[in-house]
Amino acid sequence: MATDVISESGTKSDFWQGVRLSMPVVVASAPFAVLFGALAVDNGFSVLEAFLMSALVYGGASQMVGIQLFGQHVAPWLIVLSIFAVNFRHVLYSAGIGRRIAHWPVISQALGYFILTDPQFAVAEARAQSGQTVGFAWYLGLGLPVYVFWIVESALGAVFGKLIPDTHALGIDFLLPIYFLGLVLGFRKRPLWLPVVIASAAASIIAYKTVGSPWHVSIGAIAGVLLAVILPPHHSGVKARP
Amino acid sequence: MSTTFWIIIAGAVATYLTRIGGHLVISRFDTIHPRVEAGLNAVPAAVLTTLVAPELLNAGPVEWAALVVTAVVSLRGGLMAMFLAGAAVLIVARQFVG
Repeated sequence: MATDVISESGTKSDFWQGVRLSMPVVVASAPFAVLFGALAVDNGFSVLEAFLMSALVYGGASQMVGIQLFGQHVAPWLIVLSIFAVNFRHVLYSAGIGRRIAHWPVISQALGYFILTDPQFAVAEARAQSGQTVGFAWYLGLGLPVYVFWIVESALGAVFGKLIPDTHALGIDFLLPIYFLGLVLGFRKRPLWLPVVIASAAASIIAYKTVGSPWHVSIGAIAGVLLAVILPPHHSGVKARP
Repeated sequence: MSTTFWIIIAGAVATYLTRIGGHLVISRFDTIHPRVEAGLNAVPAAVLTTLVAPELLNAGPVEWAALVVTAVVSLRGGLMAMFLAGAAVLIVARQFVG
């Protein structure tokens, strides 16, 4: 009985500790959620569809890519493939976080993987590396506020987006390239970043001019990934197998 | 059900597969081949670059200015700072150049 009470209050404070850590993420992602909603409507989504995409996909960059391609009337399977491609990095997060949450019940793990975003991984991995346990309550406290704010703000952005009369004057048509450039530059500390960017940029521009959109996305991405695969692994900062 | 709805559902399933897939696959292997790991590391930069590069072909002076400012701010600031700086340049300049 006494231990129940202690573990109960421990779980509660763990949850709120996670909530506190989630606040910077909530603030930083808010503009992107609103922007996503507004852009989704601008590219032909309804408010409900924008809300659904945020609630079910829950991955900012991939949602932006999805609506961008949707607006260009790209084949549906290619939009899905592009969402998959942009989110593919999560495979590594998933592989990394797996050993930290292996002690959870399976249902909790399944939910935990659903909200495994970039900041969720980064903060949880940092906690694990500092020697602390990554508990379910703490993890949920970290992830739940971000999720709730994300979907509500997406819907608000979509409603608001319908009210914007002149999207060109507000630059909304060019906000995504700026956002994606920001994301690309955010990875610049990775080994081999510049060669990969140059290869992907060159291949995508050539493909855009010859094969045409939307194939430039897949072709450019494959060029960059192939470069990293073909070059000796030590260039990518990956240790060769002993 | 509309096509959009199915795109969203399929996109959600594909995304969940990436979030749980690494764990499911990696837990079955002891090691990842270094070349596979190198390729995986290159995925974000490779994919995202293809979304920016072709836009440069159609970009005018206003768009270029916005991208350059974004890149410069990225040397010091985070994602939010660079996005806001680039967006501010774009919106202000469009009022004059259109």
